[in-house]
Formats: sequence, C-alpha cells, structure tokens
Amino acid sequence: MSDELKTPLLDELEKGPWPSFIKDLKSMADRPMVKDLLGQLEKSYRDKRGYWKHGGLVGIMGYGGGVIGRYSAIPEDFPGVSHFHTVRVNQPSGWFYTSEALNEIMDIWDEHGSGLTNMHGSTGDMVLLGTTTQELEPIFRELTAKDWDLGGSGSDLRTPSCCIGPARCQNACYDTLALTYNITHKYQDELHRPMFNYKYKIKMSGCPNDCTAAMARSDMAIIGIWKDDIQIDQSAIAEYVDSGFNIQEYVIEKCPTKCITLEGKELKIDNSDCLKCVHCINVLPKALSPGKERGAAIALGGKAPIVEGALFATLIVPFIEIDEENGFEEVHDLLERIWEFWDEHGMNRERIGEFIERVTLKTFLEGIGVEPMPQQITQPRDNPYIFYEEYYEEETE
Amino acid sequence: MATTERRTDIGPPHYDKFLHPIIKENYGKWKYHDTLRAGVLVHVGETGSIYTVRAASPRLISTNFIRLMTGLATKYSDGYLRFTSRNNVEFLLGNKDNIDPLIKELSDNGVPVGGLNNSISNVVHTQGWVHCHSAATDASGLVKVVMDELYEYFVEMKLPHKLRLAVACCLNMCGAVHASDIAILGLHRTPPRIDHSTLPNLCEIPTTVASCPNNAIRPTSIEGKTTVKVDEDKCMYCGNCFTVCPAMPMADPLNDGVSIWVGGKISNARTEPMFTKLAIPFLPNNPPRWPEVTEAVKNIVEVYAKNAKPYERVGEWINRIGWPKFFDLTGIEFTKYHLDDFRYAGTTYRRSMHNRY
Ligand code: HEM
Ligand code: HEM
Ligand code: SF4
Ligand code: SF4
Ligand code: SF4
Ligand code: SF4
Repeated sequence: MSDELKTPLLDELEKGPWPSFIKDLKSMADRPMVKDLLGQLEKSYRDKRGYWKHGGLVGIMGYGGGVIGRYSAIPEDFPGVSHFHTVRVNQPSGWFYTSEALNEIMDIWDEHGSGLTNMHGSTGDMVLLGTTTQELEPIFRELTAKDWDLGGSGSDLRTPSCCIGPARCQNACYDTLALTYNITHKYQDELHRPMFNYKYKIKMSGCPNDCTAAMARSDMAIIGIWKDDIQIDQSAIAEYVDSGFNIQEYVIEKCPTKCITLEGKELKIDNSDCLKCVHCINVLPKALSPGKERGAAIALGGKAPIVEGALFATLIVPFIEIDEENGFEEVHDLLERIWEFWDEHGMNRERIGEFIERVTLKTFLEGIGVEPMPQQITQPRDNPYIFYEEYYEEETE
Repeated sequence: MATTERRTDIGPPHYDKFLHPIIKENYGKWKYHDTLRAGVLVHVGETGSIYTVRAASPRLISTNFIRLMTGLATKYSDGYLRFTSRNNVEFLLGNKDNIDPLIKELSDNGVPVGGLNNSISNVVHTQGWVHCHSAATDASGLVKVVMDELYEYFVEMKLPHKLRLAVACCLNMCGAVHASDIAILGLHRTPPRIDHSTLPNLCEIPTTVASCPNNAIRPTSIEGKTTVKVDEDKCMYCGNCFTVCPAMPMADPLNDGVSIWVGGKISNARTEPMFTKLAIPFLPNNPPRWPEVTEAVKNIVEVYAKNAKPYERVGEWINRIGWPKFFDLTGIEFTKYHLDDFRYAGTTYRRSMHNRY
C-alpha cells in the first residue's frame, strides 16, 4: 500500500469560499479508492496531464450500456484506481428525490463503490464514479431491487431528461415529467442495447426558456409552446405599474417584435406578432402566462462540435399536441419514423444533426413524412441552383 | 438477495413518489413565483405555496456530501429535495419558518445559497483529469477557482441579467459549453502521438481514418504492419481519432491549455439562441489555481456588469456594442486565431460597411 497521502497542490483547492470538492474527497480518504484517486489527481496537477487509459469494455449481463470501463494508466503507483468504472443510473423525471431514496442508493454505493458521484451527468443520469468489475452485478441487483435501473451509453437512446415543468413552474406548456417517464419506459430496449448509428439524446423543456438546454444539447428537443393569446391578469399589471416597475423599458422595448403596448394600466399584446420568446412572461410572472392552447415544438439535431461542428437543433414540427390521454402516441409515431429513416440512411458516428445537414432538410422531411413549412427556415433559399423533380415533357403538353 | 429474480429493463421509478405533497396538489396549477431573496423562491399555487432554497454543489460529490444534504432535507424540507439542470441542490420547503435555519446550517457547512435570476448559477462542467483520458485540463479544479473568484455573483443578484458559465476539458464538450455566456474550454494544440507498436492491434484502420473530420489520417505501413500517419498541417487537434483509437493519445503537458469563449445563450427570451464565440485563444494550464484563467473570466464578468443594460445577456450586450468595442473594453487582444477557417467560416466575415468607428 502506498504511503501517507500528500497533496500539496490539491490542498490549495481547499481554500476559498466555494464548496471544495477536495475537502469533500478527503473526508473519504480512508478508502483506498478515494485515496489513490487523490494521489493520481495530485500527480496530474503536478505533471499537467491526465492518467486514465482509454479503457476497455465492461458491462452488466443483458445490457449494452450504462457502465463505462475506466482504468488508471499507472496502476502500479495507484492500485486503488486500477479499476475505476462508472455506473450511470437513470434519474427520476425532474431530478426529484426523497432523502430516504437517495440514502438507499448511497448505502449501495458506499458498500460496492468508491462513494464518489456526479449529481448529475450532463445527459441527466446519476453518475456513480469508481467501482470494480466484480462489484457491477451486485450493484445492479441491489439497485433494481430498489426499483432503479441503468441509464444509456454508447450508440443508443441516452437517458431522456426534462425541466421541472408543471411540478413547479407556471410556464410549463406540457407535462415534461410525464412525457420523459413515458418515453424512458417505452423505449427501454433502445436505451439499454445500443443499436443506433450514434447516440440519440432527448431533452424536454416546458417552454422556450429551455432550462435543459435541449436546443444545444440534444438530438431531439421537445419544447413547450402555445398557439393562442398570452393570458393577461390586468389587475396584476396595474400592481406592477403602481409599484413603479418600468414596464416600458424592461418589457415593451425588449419585446423582439414590439407587439406590446401599455395604455394607462392596461397591457395589450398583438399576439399575431408574438414570437413566443417568453421575455415578457419571465419579467411579469404575476401578470402574464402562456396561452391555453398548449403543446410542443420539436427540433432535431442539436449537438456539440464533434465531429463536423456544433449545431443548434432545427425546428421540424412547429406544433404537436402532447396528449397524455392518448398515451403520447403522436410523439412516439414521429420518433419512430425519425429513427427508421436515420437507421436506414445514416452513417456510423453520424448524429441526426449531421445527417440532416448531409442529406438536406428537404430529403429528411420527405423521409420522415413531414410537410415543408416556412416555420422550419429563417428564409427561403437565396441561390438559384434548384434541383427540379417535376418538369413537362413534350408529349404531356 | 442472491435468490431474488434478476430484474431488467424496469426503468427509473415514477417521479410521483418523490414529490412534496404541496407540489402534488398544485401540479400544473402554479399561479406565479416570486424571489424572496438571493437563492430563495416561493411558488404560489391554487392550494398552497412551496418554498425553494437553492444551494451550490461542486457536482463531483461524495456520499458524505449527499448524506449531509439528505439530512438537512429530512430536518427542514419534509425529506424532499431535487437537483437542477445545472447541478444545484434545491430544498423544497412547505414551512416558511424553516428557510432561515436551513440556510444557516448550509452556511455552517460551507455551502452557499444563491444562483437565481441576475446571478451566476452553478457551473456546468465535465470530468477532467479526475476521470477522463481525453482531458486537456481539469474541470472540477477550474470550477472551484473560478467560483472562488466570482463567489459574490452567486450569492447576490447584482448582474444585468443571468450569467451562465460552463467548463469542458476537451472539444468533446460533455458539458456542452457551446451555448453559455462565458465558457472555459480545454484544448490540445498538437497532433496525436501515434504509438505504432500498439496501433495495429488496438485500432481498426478504416474507422480511424474515417474519424478525422479534416481527412488528415492516412493508412500507412511500418515494418510490414498497417498503421496510420497524420498529415500534421491538416490536424486541428480535435481528438476525434483518439476517441476511436486509443493508440493516438493527445495529452501534451507543454501545450495543452485553456481557451475562453463568450456570448452564447440557450433561452429564446428576446433573442434567438446563440453559440459562444472565441474571446481568448489560449491560456496556459497553471494548476492548482489557474490565475490567468480566473483573472480573464473575472475581467469579462466585470466589464459586462459595468456596461450591459438590464436584461441583456453577454451575447446581447456584445451584439449591441459590436465586437471591436468588446475587445476594446475588455482589453483582450484580437489575433489571427479569432478568424474562423473551418466549415462555414465565410458566414462570419463582414460583408457590409456597418461598423462603429
Ligand atoms: C470504433 C470504436 C470506438 C468508438 C466509436 C468509441 C466512442 C466512444 C464514445 C462516443 C465515448 C463516450 C462515451 C459515452 O458518452 O457514452 C467513448 C468512451 C469511452 N471509450 Fe470508446 N470508442 C471506441 C473504441 C474504444 C476502444 C477500442 C476502447 C478501449 C480500448 C474504448 C474505451 C472507452 C472508454 C474507457 C470510454 C469512456 C470512459 C468514461 O466515461 O469514463 N473505446 N468511446
Ligand atoms: C471518452 C471519454 C468520455 C468521457 C469520460 C465522457 C463522459 C461523459 C459523461 C459522464 C457525461 C454525462 C453523462 C450522463 O449524464 O449520462 C457525458 C455527456 C456528454 N458527452 Fe461525453 N464522455 C466521453 C467522450 C465523449 C465523446 C467522444 C463525445 C463526443 C462525441 C462526448 C460528448 C458528450 C456530450 C456533448 C455530453 C453532454 C450531453 C448533454 O448535455 O446531455 N463525450 N460525457
Ligand atoms: S423550460 Fe420553461 S417550463 Fe421548464 S422550468 Fe424552464 S421556464 Fe419552466
Ligand atoms: S413573448 Fe416575447 S414576442 Fe411575445 S409578446 Fe412577450 S416579449 Fe413579445
Ligand atoms: S469534455 Fe472531453 S475530457 Fe472532458 S469529460 Fe468529456 S470527453 Fe472527457
Ligand atoms: S486530432 Fe482531429 S484533426 Fe487531428 S488527426 Fe485526429 S481526428 Fe484528425
């Protein structure tokens, strides 16, 4: 066993007012795994480089993902982290917990793992950091006994995640928690057994504030939207005016289409010009709320730069009803058409965003059976190189 | 337990089990919310109010930290708590009188409360040297030193608008930093070092060749074994090849470091979502406290705080004043690296006479 743990560089990270992960990790340094993790990290801080191997394949029987193999590149020096695998545990919708449920997971993790976690990973899972191959099956059994299951990894449906939605937000235009729960359960096979060209992330935000960053971070962004008029409580508007709040400067002038006016203490919105940007609703939460005809817009293809460059998602369906009574059938139907077309024509390691760029929006829409609409673009083409598919032949005159 | 049936594909438990009774009653029936003070919200529903206390978390946390949180939740919020999409911890309180004692106990344990509205919320970040082979820098350490410096902006709401920070330790961007107000991005600056002795066994040649977005990789033969070579002039150090081929490591202690990006935004409020743009092409890795990075980020935050108008995000502010003035005000040097030379580079060239002089 290695000697006493000395971490002069990491100790510098115990200073300062922000909570220190080093202090926290050190509270567990009596565990060989945590001790050697700190030792290896100290060495990284000294040498300015990481010491992890581009690991190997490990997993749970019957699952193709959810566990990620991780090995130290210098196990002779740090045997405690020679195996340091990650277990991704599917979070509940909205990341809600009770103390009791979280403590149960922590009991399992204290017994079978390092005791370190990320709460949560960027995709949404609880990320349990650091265990060995032989502990995987016991962890899996104990987690499932408490009703928890693994999340996704590899070329599969990644763990869907959502904003807090109707559980605590008056802006929510559909039930993000219910849809996330539904999709996660309906597509367990796609989530646990990688069969896609590449990863497929779904994020659900209840309104265009997009608190889950779905437009940038998911292959499929399901974003709540309304179609009719913003609801206005005029007495609350009067209270804002009386309180001295500058509605003119902070709301009216900030509206992107200047479709709001204030007449005395009465606010008027020309809803035919409203872009559903939500600014006014954010600033005047007591007076304004989204309309009553609610649903979602679906955009596809958001991603970070790897491989071909970063993309925001492209709007594909401007409005879809999110119908819980109907078992969310319309969403399933669209999702399955997308997967089918991507599966047939996409390439290995090609995210849906890059796929759409390659085959073009026109072909993609045809492939998934969605009509072209002016809402899907910022402007019609400005180049004249049009591939005409219909033209007259002499004899059809 | 060994005798129980093996359960698979059960999915996560239903969230219903974890909702505070007041939340259950008012689910979908919230009328409005109000900010009571930094880090404390009230949501008013039809039949009651729920109070939220938002606490910071380093995200890389131990079961000790989590048990501290669950202990406080049991004591003050009827055992209900949640995490936000930026990894803050939120306590959901039915009883208003518990707010102060909860905040006091959090603070006694070194956990600040804040991150709401016109403040800096928790930093979305990645694994870094703690846990990833791809990392050009550490993530948790950078977050710690930057937030030590910007602490006041977490616990107070004194910025023109919300400010979202993110850290990613390589271009894979597991933290998706490409749409944040200010992003810290670790990067490599040298091509992969090829280990020809292991490559033929570890890597599939066609996949490795195909992985490169710039077609810089070609098959070649060394001592009768098929391996690959890299056209170093074409390489942009993205690490795609390393993702598929472990024999092409990127780590280079001398040249790895950090870049700073600004002006991204996710929300649709007022203006459309925007990508972050390059502010500083390179700062050295200088652990444990990265002084060059903390100074650079603090400078941008302070110049923004001083010059932006209310409800202007960093990107909106820069779009109003123009990029020349951004570089002027921040004193950041404009270099040839700020000119894009990848796909769609032309879309960033000025094609008008619209400039402020
Ligand atoms: C064509 C081949 C490969 C592809 C496309 C590939 C792709 C990826 C991707 C996308 C990830 C991110 C993981 C995620 O977010 O789920 C990953 C992680 C990883 N890969 Fe590969 N990989 C390949 C080959 C390999 C090989 C040959 C090894 C080992 C010898 C390896 C070891 C790892 C490890 C250890 C991780 C993740 C570690 C962690 O999260 O801690 N990969 N790979
Ligand atoms: C091989 C080392 C890698 C490690 C250790 C790693 C680790 C992780 C982890 C732990 C997460 C959070 C997962 C969750 O919540 O379930 C994540 C998310 C992510 N990964 Fe990786 N990853 C690796 C490679 C890659 C590669 C090769 C790519 C790019 C193709 C990639 C892109 C992403 C992105 C964009 C996210 C965030 C997605 C979101 O915001 O939901 N990662 N990664
Ligand atoms: S995305 Fe909209 S509905 Fe969801 S939490 Fe954010 S503001 Fe509320
Ligand atoms: S939502 Fe946006 S566009 Fe619509 S009225 Fe409000 S500020 Fe104007
Ligand atoms: S951003 Fe890069 S270095 Fe950091 S965790 Fe993701 S893959 Fe690893
Ligand atoms: S680092 Fe990127 S650009 Fe360089 S060879 Fe590898 S894949 Fe190609």
